[in-house]
Amino acid sequence: MAALFQAPTAFSSSNSLDSNKFNHSPSPRSLSERKSSILTVRSDARSNPLLNSAAHKPHRFITNAVATKPDTSLASTSSKPGHELLLFEALREGLEEEMERDPRVCVMGEDVGHYGGSYKVTKGLATKFGDLRVLDTPIAENSFTGMGIGAAMTGLRPIIEGMNMGFLLLAFNQISNNCGMLHYTSGGQFKIPVVIRGPGGVGRQLGAEHSQRLESYFQSIPGIQMVACSTPYNAKGLMKAAIRSENPVILFEHVLLYNLKDRIPDEEYVLSLEEAEMVRPGEHVTILTYSRMRYHVMQAAKTLVNKGYDPEVIDIRSLKPFDLHTIGKSVKKTHRVLIVEECMRTGGIGASLTAAITENFNDDLDAPIVCLSSQDVPTPYAGTLEEWTVVQPAQIVTAVEQLCQ
Amino acid sequence: MSLSATKFVHPITTPPTSRSSDKPLFSTFFGSNHTKLRFNKPIVAAQRRSSSAASTSFSPVVAVSSDVVKEKKLKSASNLLITKEEGLVLYEDMILGRFFEDMCAQMYYRGKMFGFVHLYNGQEAVSTGFIKLLKKEDYVVSTYRDHVHALSKGVPAREVMSELFGKATGCCRGQGGSMHMFSKEYNLLGGFAFIGEGIPVATGAAFSSKYRREVLKEPGADEVTLAFFGDGTCNNGQFYECLNMAALWKLPIVFVVENNLWAIGMSHLRATSDPQIWKKGPAFGMPGVHVDGMDVLKVREVAKEAIERARRGEGPTLVECETYRFRGHSLADPDELRDPAEKAHYAGRDPITAFKKYLFDNKLASEQELKAIDKKIDELLDDAVEFADESPLPPRSQLLENVFADPKGFGIGADGKYRCEDPKFTQGTAHV
Repeated sequence: MAALFQAPTAFSSSNSLDSNKFNHSPSPRSLSERKSSILTVRSDARSNPLLNSAAHKPHRFITNAVATKPDTSLASTSSKPGHELLLFEALREGLEEEMERDPRVCVMGEDVGHYGGSYKVTKGLATKFGDLRVLDTPIAENSFTGMGIGAAMTGLRPIIEGMNMGFLLLAFNQISNNCGMLHYTSGGQFKIPVVIRGPGGVGRQLGAEHSQRLESYFQSIPGIQMVACSTPYNAKGLMKAAIRSENPVILFEHVLLYNLKDRIPDEEYVLSLEEAEMVRPGEHVTILTYSRMRYHVMQAAKTLVNKGYDPEVIDIRSLKPFDLHTIGKSVKKTHRVLIVEECMRTGGIGASLTAAITENFNDDLDAPIVCLSSQDVPTPYAGTLEEWTVVQPAQIVTAVEQLCQ
Repeated sequence: MSLSATKFVHPITTPPTSRSSDKPLFSTFFGSNHTKLRFNKPIVAAQRRSSSAASTSFSPVVAVSSDVVKEKKLKSASNLLITKEEGLVLYEDMILGRFFEDMCAQMYYRGKMFGFVHLYNGQEAVSTGFIKLLKKEDYVVSTYRDHVHALSKGVPAREVMSELFGKATGCCRGQGGSMHMFSKEYNLLGGFAFIGEGIPVATGAAFSSKYRREVLKEPGADEVTLAFFGDGTCNNGQFYECLNMAALWKLPIVFVVENNLWAIGMSHLRATSDPQIWKKGPAFGMPGVHVDGMDVLKVREVAKEAIERARRGEGPTLVECETYRFRGHSLADPDELRDPAEKAHYAGRDPITAFKKYLFDNKLASEQELKAIDKKIDELLDDAVEFADESPLPPRSQLLENVFADPKGFGIGADGKYRCEDPKFTQGTAHV
């Protein structure tokens, strides 16, 4: 997989919040309980006093439910310089740290062990942790997903890898009926702390079946959470958060983003599964996006800035549930919303998001929400056709211009 | 199609080439053999043992033949194998199962429970024969026909009845219902509505057990998992996928097929190319055993061996229990398709009647003792129904409580707080 996007130097760094910047606002409660090497990612601490109330148990990683403020530089907030790596390495780092921390964490999937994972996310882990902890399964998605669920019910914390997210369609029975529902139908007796992860999205001419976006199919399942990572920083943070979560979490990675390079902190950090990420604050229009489309949006943002627009870009990260606070604050500021996603138009994440925003923030909108999604077309093999099925930066620019008239 | 009792299935030997050293253990295929007596001559091909195998001896499991039309042999090897106490325990468990299901039918027709209720009458020997051999820590995974599995595993009749009535005191707080019985205390992992979907969960529990033993090095982690399912499930992909994985990794699981010959209205013979399900075990590298599922002692003998095999770490076993359900598939099934002669034949093989006779014939129990047990169960069930009747219905506040183990999963609301902190969530009136 050739790297499509290089280091963030491609984007103008002055007005973008790089994903590896964070606001280190220590509050007495957070640091005293934590080991000195762990850094909690706290967002703007001045927002809501209620969140710092005693209702929060001090040992939980609850962050304030507000997105990070920009304009903080890495040097001023961390004690160490951080290290550079690629997104798949960040995922691996997160996975490895969690496996070291908790011996009940295990991985199962096709070719995760000896082969090291088809995208190298689990490379080296089988040698380190053994064949049972990094289990090479036969090609039986439905059954090994169910096996992971059974293992989770009985005390383990498995990470189930779909070699390609599309293969998890075969596991839909287990994901929908067992993963999502068992905690409820058992009256809360069994919890299912699984992480289901894998690469999805439209790649480089992979053909229709390897280019699927399953987030739209899974979003109705009650009882699961879905997150999508887009940078090495949030990939590692979300991976760790997903593993530590007591809920079943589906972590969507993107085939084309695995070779993204970035600098991430040396200290341990865990992100919030429910929060969205402010990528670039702005005033004119709110652009909501996730996963690979974030980069198309940022590319369009460059053009838009040159044309005099000031878009606010938010990577929603949490596909289910939506972070209505970050989104709402943004909508109240800009009054215009553009959603850019890679899902199909029909029944996609964008469709749900449009409904959620209309329901909650209708009075704050000056214009109808515009949702740019992929065409409702099985992704063609031909490069030109494939390009036309997904949203391209030029379309984003046009949409913003129209929205801001 | 006749179920011939004379076929011999050749065990398939593994090629002697080695796999890489860090692969899981690979065992030879145990063939299954249709000879009459159990535990006779071992019929096994040359086998490779891995150096880490703890046990050096093995007892082969040989199929017990049981033809549909042949008369049941009660005597054979089973008569020395239970004591009086064990006999009474088995009897009581079967009676509990039978009376409970009869009570369910009554309650259903009185409008106390709704939906799909699948009763187990006639199959008690399988549940009692297997589950009474388990420890509390062992796992049981069932299907929608799970009331009696729950009772055999130890879930109190009160809790099961309450669950069926949809009350808050049910074992699943009324949220599961007839087809989703769960108990963390008694390690009952469900209760599944779709056939076959519990088998991978059972495989996972067995995997967990092996993991705890080998990775976490917990001493005494030898829990066995039993997966119960029917003949219809044996045509489903998940069944085969799990047979493969269980045999591949030698998971401590026993696959128990309750072959009652009917999947609602579909006869097993009309749905299955080779109706002898036990034969499918050796194809995956595990013993396949066929047993008369109307005879609790035969079932118990086979179960003992299979469970011990699993506990020793020798891997899974496929046990096909030939059994029959006296009622329809569910209380909504008019049961018009099955031949009355077939029903009469199996009614004559009622496991409870047969076991009673066995107890009397072998002077293990008297009429009064058994009647006392009957009475005790009657009272237990009356109490269970009363308890369920008087239990409260789940309040509205319960609606959203168990959707997530960590309710932060409901997300962050527009006001910046986690939605689960909104009091409407505890009241159950919030809209997710």
